[in-house]
Amino acid sequence: MSTSQTTTTDHHPALAHQFDSMEQQQDASTFGMWVFLLTEIMMFGGLFTAYLIYRIKYYPAFVAGSTSISVSWGFANTLVLIGSSFTMAMAVWAAQTGRRKSQVWFLIGTMILGSAFLGVKAKEYYDKWDECHIPGHIIGKGFNTWGGCSATNKGLGNIAQEIIERAEKDHQEISPVAAQQTAQQTEIFFSFYFAMTGLHAFHMIIGLGLLTWLLLRARRGEFNSEYYTPMELGGLYWHFVDIVWIFLFPLLYLISRHAHGI
Amino acid sequence: MAADERHKRIAILYLLSITVFFFIGGLFAALIRLHLLTPNGELFQADTYNRLFTMHGVNMIFFFLIPSVPAVIGNFLIPIMVGTKDLAFPKINLLSWYLYIGGATFSVIAMLKGGVDTGWTFYAPLSTGYLRSPVIVMAVGILIVGFSSIFTGLNFIVTVHRMRAPGMTWGRLPLFVWANYAASLIMILGTPVIAITLILVALERGFHIGIFDPKLGGDPVLFQHMFWFYSHPAVYIMILPGMGVISEIVTCFSRKRVFGYGFVAFSSIAIAVFGFVVWAHHMFVAGISVYSALVFSLLSYAVAIPSAVKIFNWTATMYKGSIEMSTPMLYAMAFMGLFTIGGLTGIFLAALGLDIHIHDTYFVIAHFHYVMVGGMVTAYLGGLHFWWPKMTGRMYPEAPAKLAALITFIGFNLTFFPQFILGYMGMPRRYWAYPPEFQVLNVLSSAGASVLAVGFMLPLLYFLWSLKYGEIAGDNPWKATGLEWETTSPPPTHNFHEIPIVTKDPYAYGEEEEVTVVH
Amino acid sequence: MQLNFPIFPEQASSMAGKVDALYLFLVLITTFFSLLIAILVVFFAIKYRRRPDRQAEQIHGSTLLEIVWTVIPLGISMVIFVWGALLYYHMERAPANALEIYGTGKQWMWKFQHPGGQREINTLHVPIGRDVKVTLISQDVIHSFFVPAFRVKQDVLPNRYVFTWFRATEPGTYHLFCSQYCGTKHSGMVGQVVVMTPEDYANWLASGKAEGSLASLGEKAFQQYGCTTCHRPDSGARGPNLEGLYGRPVRLVDNRVVVADDNYIRESILEPNAKVVSGFQSIMPTFKGVVSEDEIIAITEYIKHLAPQEANPLNNRTTPTQIRDSEVPNIQQDNRQEPNQQGTRPANPSGKKP
Repeated sequence: MSTSQTTTTDHHPALAHQFDSMEQQQDASTFGMWVFLLTEIMMFGGLFTAYLIYRIKYYPAFVAGSTSISVSWGFANTLVLIGSSFTMAMAVWAAQTGRRKSQVWFLIGTMILGSAFLGVKAKEYYDKWDECHIPGHIIGKGFNTWGGCSATNKGLGNIAQEIIERAEKDHQEISPVAAQQTAQQTEIFFSFYFAMTGLHAFHMIIGLGLLTWLLLRARRGEFNSEYYTPMELGGLYWHFVDIVWIFLFPLLYLISRHAHGI
Repeated sequence: MAADERHKRIAILYLLSITVFFFIGGLFAALIRLHLLTPNGELFQADTYNRLFTMHGVNMIFFFLIPSVPAVIGNFLIPIMVGTKDLAFPKINLLSWYLYIGGATFSVIAMLKGGVDTGWTFYAPLSTGYLRSPVIVMAVGILIVGFSSIFTGLNFIVTVHRMRAPGMTWGRLPLFVWANYAASLIMILGTPVIAITLILVALERGFHIGIFDPKLGGDPVLFQHMFWFYSHPAVYIMILPGMGVISEIVTCFSRKRVFGYGFVAFSSIAIAVFGFVVWAHHMFVAGISVYSALVFSLLSYAVAIPSAVKIFNWTATMYKGSIEMSTPMLYAMAFMGLFTIGGLTGIFLAALGLDIHIHDTYFVIAHFHYVMVGGMVTAYLGGLHFWWPKMTGRMYPEAPAKLAALITFIGFNLTFFPQFILGYMGMPRRYWAYPPEFQVLNVLSSAGASVLAVGFMLPLLYFLWSLKYGEIAGDNPWKATGLEWETTSPPPTHNFHEIPIVTKDPYAYGEEEEVTVVH
Repeated sequence: MQLNFPIFPEQASSMAGKVDALYLFLVLITTFFSLLIAILVVFFAIKYRRRPDRQAEQIHGSTLLEIVWTVIPLGISMVIFVWGALLYYHMERAPANALEIYGTGKQWMWKFQHPGGQREINTLHVPIGRDVKVTLISQDVIHSFFVPAFRVKQDVLPNRYVFTWFRATEPGTYHLFCSQYCGTKHSGMVGQVVVMTPEDYANWLASGKAEGSLASLGEKAFQQYGCTTCHRPDSGARGPNLEGLYGRPVRLVDNRVVVADDNYIRESILEPNAKVVSGFQSIMPTFKGVVSEDEIIAITEYIKHLAPQEANPLNNRTTPTQIRDSEVPNIQQDNRQEPNQQGTRPANPSGKKP
């Protein structure tokens, strides 16, 4: 929180007491945010490394799992998120140039796009629940129940079936036995799918919280060319979350799509 | 509200919190050593014993050792040492303490629910699928306190980079700052990996997915890689700040600049860097390939060299110094001997053919207690004694302090030296009951532990006593160099009435007037 | 309390003395440097104690000295590294023609199976003076097979075979410990290794009840589970011929070449679609949950004994194991050896992975 300064020197109201100048504050705060993002890279990095190891170990299962999630929705989400990074960058620019109304609208735009992303993710998660592709034995109806979980989901239900059909298109034969084994192994793919997109979505939700806070402050006209640090930091965070998605999308949605067509 | 986030106040909050956990962990240690007096597991049941050693390890490592010097002494002093009013992000510093308390709460909950019995290493699939204890609660607690550590590290790094006083170049920074800076690099890079590892453990345990459990298609050795990727650098998070303390104490009580400042400073960075590439030396018999083992063994020797360089430089600092055997200096000298033994026994473990025999035995336990207790706790106590007057404005009583240092030294060696012998004989770790031929050494070790316990209790008592009855310390009772000694004891809220302009090298002892009387 | 207690473990294997030599060298180094530092520190503290008539000498440092005390420890370290690495290399390579015993760890006991079919729990009888290779697997969590007197230790993993080996040199009974924490009765998972003279060992082998050799048990299981339906030597077989397979390189459908070792056989039984042999369809069902750990061990032992037969004119599909060595790319050839003409088992390649 900014403190009201009662000193005789001309402190900017947002200058925190430990800093000597606004410039030092801006500099240190930005540096700090970069360091924080570095820690986030390490955290996602651990998860990505584990993903990589299992992708190599269970490649056919990862292909099967990847094919069963919707690349259209994933791609749409990618566009949405890139769009939201654009609006966020514009919001930071507006703050830097003192445009109060623009700041607010761009922030709102970012939040709408971010919420849209989360909405699509919710729909995708629901689809997975419906198709019994939730790993583990706690939630839902059990993993990969043969025959599909919902009567209305023809063609989306049975991964083993999909594997056989895809193999036929490639003029190869896979026995039901082998397809079933691969299908069972897709559980590990879905574990990573939910862990990675879940961790990402968690960060998005926190991002939306941050944006709300920024919005309130922007509405009050707190940001201008002299002081826009919180906006810049928010922008950095938001871009980071976007970049994580840019990695997630091909790693999860596009495994071997080039070989089989979308 | 703005007053709450002062770094000095947060340091004191940490001091109180970690002291509580030190004694909790210490209580468990005492119970372990009591139990091991007899070979047949008579005092506690096996399940209880397994919880005791796990909670001893978890509490000591995550809730005492990792925060100790950085969060108490570092928080108090680093802003002053670099010449600024507070850390870069005081609110985040306070958040860091809240996270510590949050994590500690989960630890307490886990203990109240009977404690975890996985071993502090949480190996899968034991921890993910075979135990009924509150593993997820504990994992969440460690996860939260990990973020406490990350934020402390982040704060230190930004402060050292961006908030040094005019004239305070990197080459003029006290070595304590260099050491904590290096430890902070490890904190921010390594801790997130344990965070995600524990999240995966919790997910696997909660939802029965197969990341580490081979029955579900997972790989238990992957857990070990991910776990040790953080937990090995973590030991350098623990020891580097202690080494920083030793640099400050040895220079002050030899009244000499440190020998080889640049080498000591860069050795901290070297340890931080090399510390990240040796993790699988904990896994030589775990089923890794021979080639991996060769690489990790080779690199493990590399990480030992910078530590050796420090010891030699400190010894050389004492050469032709003017030495006063104050309590902090006694602790520093003890550190130098005990850390040498501890560090060199690490070399035993890095030697592949030998590690096969001594891995997972009491040899390892002795090794890490020599470096962690003989090294780190000793350094922490030395630092507490050195900066106590600065932090509280009071001197501790010298005679009881020296006595405590001596008792601790004797008790420590009696406790842990026999364990080297036990380990080479083949007594495995984490054993509730053991063959009778190991009993005498165990009894010796437990006897030592009772002495050590006294040695650790005494400072608690006399430090508390000193707060009311201790002699008033002036600004600089030790006549030490360093910005912290140029301000009052304790320092004012904003540390300095005027931001200093730094012109001197650190440890400029020779340039001061000698204060003893010359006839 | 046992007052005449030892302070050094017995040396009961061919490696024990070598490991001890490295240990003693390190003890000397540690003692030397610890004493050096301790003595210097105390000596300086006394000699250069605070006195009113002298001041400290401000010495910046000495690059030469820094180099010296970096290079010397580095040199000593490298000596230790090479020494330790050579020992390790030797300890991780089981010699050819070792006596092969299977061990299973489970909470909280050890089970051993000898090739002759003899089974033991928590005790392992071995002959003196013979290389013994113990192939180990866990049925639940990670354990560790530790015999201090032999200086031998190996973590025992679930779902993956690992091995260790030793050659006992002193008759006697020695501790066997589990040294990887595995739950409540971790410290109860102890036993003994009994080293016997060759005659005593032969007597011991003969004294048990005759269940048949491990390989013959494996043959029974092989038939009982219907493996012979597909795994036959004739041309119409739907599965690869397993004769002479063990230890040979195998080409898979994706053109990878792997060695058919214990882990390969186990994986083929439990997850057959992971490595499909070139020229065959992936139609083998999984036997996960059907065949027990002991049966897998027995079947593996059976397969190890299947000698390659002459290919007859009616057999128009060569056995998949016979890829020429010139076709074999740089695969890990740990201690794989050529089977000799009588078709005896080659040495067991390493089951380790990075």
